[in-house]
Amino acid sequence: MKKSLTTVTFCGTPEQEAKLVEIIAGYKDVPGSMMPIMQEAQSIYGYLPIEVMQIIARETGAPLEEIYGIATFYAQFKLNPNGKYAIAVCLGTACYVKGAGALVDKISQELNLPVDSTTPDGKYSLEATRCIGACGLAPVMTVNGDVYGRLVPEQIPGILAKYKD
Amino acid sequence: MIRSHVLICGGTGCTSSGSPALKTALEKELAAKGLTEEIKIVMTGCFGLCALGPVMIVYPDGTFYSMVTPEDIPEIVEEHLLKGRPVERLEYHEQAAEDHHVVNSLSETMFYKKQKRVALRNCGVINPEDINEYIATDGYQALAKALTEMTPDEVIQTVLDSGLRGRGGGGFPTGLKWKFACANRGQVKKYVACNADEGDPGAFMDRSILEGDPHAVIEAMALAAYAIGADEGYVYVRAEYPIAIHRLQIAIDQAKEMGLLGENIFGTGFNFDLKIRFGAGAFVCGEETALMTSIEGNRGEPRPRPPFPAVKGLFGQPTILNNVETYANIPQIILNGAKWFADMGTEKSKGTKVFALGGKITNTGLVEVPMGTTLREIIEEIGGGIPNGKKFKAAQTGGPSGGCIPAHLIDTPIDYDNLLAIGSMMGSGGLIVMDEDTCMVDIARFFLEFTVDESCGKCTPCRVGTRRLLEILNKIIEGKGEMEDLDRMEELCNYIKSASLCGLGQTAPNPVISTLRYFKDEYIAHIVDKTCPAGVCKSLLKFTIDADKCIGCGLCAKNCPADAIARTTYIAPGHKLASFAIDSSKCVKCGACLDSCKKIKAISKK
Repeated sequence: MKKSLTTVTFCGTPEQEAKLVEIIAGYKDVPGSMMPIMQEAQSIYGYLPIEVMQIIARETGAPLEEIYGIATFYAQFKLNPNGKYAIAVCLGTACYVKGAGALVDKISQELNLPVDSTTPDGKYSLEATRCIGACGLAPVMTVNGDVYGRLVPEQIPGILAKYKD
Repeated sequence: MIRSHVLICGGTGCTSSGSPALKTALEKELAAKGLTEEIKIVMTGCFGLCALGPVMIVYPDGTFYSMVTPEDIPEIVEEHLLKGRPVERLEYHEQAAEDHHVVNSLSETMFYKKQKRVALRNCGVINPEDINEYIATDGYQALAKALTEMTPDEVIQTVLDSGLRGRGGGGFPTGLKWKFACANRGQVKKYVACNADEGDPGAFMDRSILEGDPHAVIEAMALAAYAIGADEGYVYVRAEYPIAIHRLQIAIDQAKEMGLLGENIFGTGFNFDLKIRFGAGAFVCGEETALMTSIEGNRGEPRPRPPFPAVKGLFGQPTILNNVETYANIPQIILNGAKWFADMGTEKSKGTKVFALGGKITNTGLVEVPMGTTLREIIEEIGGGIPNGKKFKAAQTGGPSGGCIPAHLIDTPIDYDNLLAIGSMMGSGGLIVMDEDTCMVDIARFFLEFTVDESCGKCTPCRVGTRRLLEILNKIIEGKGEMEDLDRMEELCNYIKSASLCGLGQTAPNPVISTLRYFKDEYIAHIVDKTCPAGVCKSLLKFTIDADKCIGCGLCAKNCPADAIARTTYIAPGHKLASFAIDSSKCVKCGACLDSCKKIKAISKK
């Protein structure tokens, strides 16, 4: 999985850091706890920038490169923050066979936004996801968790128009 | 007094199509009519018929409603629940039947008639968030029977005799796996693990079982732990499955509260504790050694076997790993006996198999059929055939590790060995149907892009080999292929297959090998004729305007982002304006013109 570091400035708060430190302390004696720690860190910050990985490294004593290695290995760990409106198009087989590829192209074109990136103003992010399991509604996209199914590319501008503000 | 139960599907499919809103609307309406004490709403797991979601069933009569909206709720409450007259317009209409007759009960439908539900027996029947409903359908009886009446060796022998094979892909005999790990009970720390990291894009049976019947998996894991002498278990589940995780956690908590998990279960001195670990989206973690490395908190890279996990697995201790569907069969086998299970299925593949039907098929959803059912029965009878009058071209099984089954093999009875013989594999049971509009070269590329992306990078044949294979495929799709590329691909496929470290690499070339085997003509069309017969591969498409149909409105030229369309001097007979033409050297093949000419249909792509 190819991932690149974010260009968005880190703006974590001391409260977030305190919460993370507390969580890590709770995992002190649990074997194999690095992934759960990173998953909780991501749920605190919304993504895993290098600054957060440094906190984890400091608190657990694990080398930063090991943490970075895990973060880049798994698709779930995001090095880039989500946009205000996080758009995800399912590219599972069932959706792909029913034309999800054309949906991605259309959204990309409408927002002038390559797949797996965030607009510079932080408003939209576009992600091509693995099967989300709503194969009965294929092809499917979600915007901040709202599910849109049985889509054709012509519907995309109308859906995006709902997420303007 | 409860006089009627309304079951609403709370699976992921129906949740996406709006079943939570249905529940809220129904609660409100029942309260308004003062029926809250008489009618009980039950949120269940997946019914299977995801294409018609959201679905609900009203008991005791068993009326099956499909595609219900919150606006329909007042009518259902008023007519059906108050006056006892089912709302016919919302009842499920059998599409395959000639007379389109209304189907009153679920078991009458073509979709369910041919099915045999063992692993899915409670899905869509019980409330998965209430342990009492599971217990009421013989839940935890198998565990009680095993702990009080059977020795661990008898449990293993029963599983062995049943002929159950792993449902996650490989098809390894489950009982044998357990036997390998049973030595030194009580002297060595052992683990039981459950693979719920369903990575195959297009398969969702494991998620549906966890959502619809989580206790079955918990009970089976406790049985496995008793059999091999383990006291701790892990369920490794995809983090992308929030509903499944939520219900599994509830189920574990309830089981602990009732003493069905934890210490001294049934007063027999048997201890078993169960934890959930979240997968983080890595397909390779479906491989057993990779999954265990991941539970240990590392990059989920596989390692060479031996030593097998039964000897040295999780945290270096003996471990058995089975997948969700495999576990879901176990309590039934213990309760009903090995023979009951072995009587279903074919000679070497016993029992049933759950398939996730998807793609170009009418009844998208989850089906469970005895092994040996033919593909034709699944697609045409249960699945309701291909929509829009299109022709069946192929079915893809086994996901990125599997292959395509062409139309002429549609009568093959499906079991592990038959699928392998025709170049595909069972895999976890994703079954994607494709029609004439699907390009097989493009599908091969789709799966290969997936494996290239998911290759962990540890061994070279997989990391580099799949990438080179993808490059050749891309070359063909862009119209730059040569006939020699086909031989190159075949050779490369064989290298990757024989030299890769784990199952991911060893099976990665399968989509290419099987499409080359059955659809070589499509590859040749891409390479020699530079066309895509299905009209999918963009670089090979040619957009043309039929000058005699074109009315000269110019909408296409206006929408063309590349200024590739211009007016000609030709005026077709009966038209007032000159027609337009596309300059194919400028065309970027975006299809905008095609969309703008929907009314006149003068533009075609080929």
